Amino acid sequence: MTQNTAAFLYLISSVLFVLALRGLSSPTTARQGNLFGIVGMLIAVATTLAMPNVLSYTTIAVAVLIGGAAGTFIALRIQMTALPQLVAAFHSLVGLAAVFVAGAAFYAPEAYGLGTRGAIPGGSLIEMSLGTAIGAITFTGSIIAFGKLQGLITGKPLVFFGQHFVNLALGVLLVALIAWFATAQPSLGFWLIVLISLLLGILLIVPIGGADMPVVISMLNSYSGWAACGIGFTLGNPALIITGALVGSSGAILSYIMCKGMNRSFFSVILGGFGGETDAAAMDLGDRTVKAGSAADASFIMENAASVIIVPGYGMAVAQAQHALREMADLLKSKGVTVRYAIHPVAGRMPGHMNVLLAEANVPYDEVLELDEINRDFPSTDVAFVIGANDVTNPSAKTDPASPIYGMPILDVERSGTVLFVKRSLASGYAGVDNPLFYRDNTMMLFGDAKKMCEDIIKALE
Amino acid sequence: MANEKFTEGMEKLAESATALANQADALAAQAAALVAPAVPAASHGTTFVMLFTIFVLAVFVGYYVVWNVTPALHSPLMSVTNAISSVIIVGALIAAGPAEWHLSKVFGFVAVMLASVNIFGGFIVTQRMLQMFKKKK
Repeated sequence: MTQNTAAFLYLISSVLFVLALRGLSSPTTARQGNLFGIVGMLIAVATTLAMPNVLSYTTIAVAVLIGGAAGTFIALRIQMTALPQLVAAFHSLVGLAAVFVAGAAFYAPEAYGLGTRGAIPGGSLIEMSLGTAIGAITFTGSIIAFGKLQGLITGKPLVFFGQHFVNLALGVLLVALIAWFATAQPSLGFWLIVLISLLLGILLIVPIGGADMPVVISMLNSYSGWAACGIGFTLGNPALIITGALVGSSGAILSYIMCKGMNRSFFSVILGGFGGETDAAAMDLGDRTVKAGSAADASFIMENAASVIIVPGYGMAVAQAQHALREMADLLKSKGVTVRYAIHPVAGRMPGHMNVLLAEANVPYDEVLELDEINRDFPSTDVAFVIGANDVTNPSAKTDPASPIYGMPILDVERSGTVLFVKRSLASGYAGVDNPLFYRDNTMMLFGDAKKMCEDIIKALE
Repeated sequence: MANEKFTEGMEKLAESATALANQADALAAQAAALVAPAVPAASHGTTFVMLFTIFVLAVFVGYYVVWNVTPALHSPLMSVTNAISSVIIVGALIAAGPAEWHLSKVFGFVAVMLASVNIFGGFIVTQRMLQMFKKKK
């Protein structure tokens, strides 16, 4: 195969990757888009395999078989509620792969047409070290994010004195190392870049709290793209550069959307230290009263309503309540009630997490609406059924300038006739803010596990 | 007579033409020798500019395509981007390609394995998710 043919085939696979993302503009075209992505990947791999210096097919087959089997096994077994962890884990692998490819290029530059060992062009070395650094940061950062999402590491932000200074110092050191590496090209320089970047990845993510995970996971998505880009520049491979740029900008846009959904600046999220869980006991009720109801009350109210909007949150995912919830909604629909779902941009632990969980429970996607689409309908709705969400419904985001979540766009559930709020206790949400919604006259608290509550309501409805 | 002279003249002409051709060849070789060392020095710069052009344009393409993605499909977007970013496997395959084993091949082997986890895992989990999005019956 000539170089031109290869370049042409890489171009085709890049175009197919663009089409894969394009397909996601609607659920009807999305599956076809995924197919485009798969074909694009096949073309890219086949083109590379046909290159004259790629000889050891057996070795490669073994590696693909091991990796592919592991990936397939995990992807088929994973529960949809654990999706954020899975994506974080996958990001870490892309990062690590980037480090290994950069290492391979450094130790055998001839294979990539980068001159010989010890005489690699300075520009290639800079590109190589950037790819390595971003890859290594993505690797450890994603592992920390995985640990936090999986509950292996506390979701609380871990802050210590002088943290930002340490990060800054490491960043400066990294730049100096890259400069040294690009001029003298010592192998020690390469490994020091890897080491410092690995450390930086840990330190950057550790101070970020559980509630900010949607931003972190999007940001790491972006990083994994930029790492691929860096490697693409090193190897002079346009397919890698294009794909890396697509992934990088995709992650950046998602981070932006998540930040906007929380009314936080990207930098305040990155600097971390926000949020944490407070104990229910610490909450002072004062003279405010809470109206608590039973499943029977809830079923009576909803049965007699004309329209219900369900507001799911991360708590629904934790309780695995999506199937019971859908059953409840089906029963209500059979009784002539209009049921719709309202999704806040930052509901759940990753962008679009709630939509996937509802889809898993067979909720048709045209009943599931975004904040902008449904927010003006709350005043004309009889019942808002909040299940596992909290901060995204907190009216103090609109009224209390002193609140840490002030300015965050929220779902106006308090404007509906009755708010049914399923919650285990009066504890505050991830942002650590009390929710005045609990004490309103039109709010009825349904204390209990989300799944159990839905099942009880189903029994009462039947 | 005239014929003989003509042949002689032709032979001379052919000779000088060959000499000229040889000279041109030598000149061309000289010119090539002059240009050749300049090419690798300049090539990294020009390739970089070309690759950077591709990069900037791809960022714009990504920007517009991703803003068009419906928010409901943001999770599949993340998993599919994760899968396609594993196209880094092309670099890994070249490293794992040579027949004889050395450090760089080991790195390549590991990278192929890691990227394969992602490619298979990423596309399958995306497919699983997308399969669940259904319209109202």
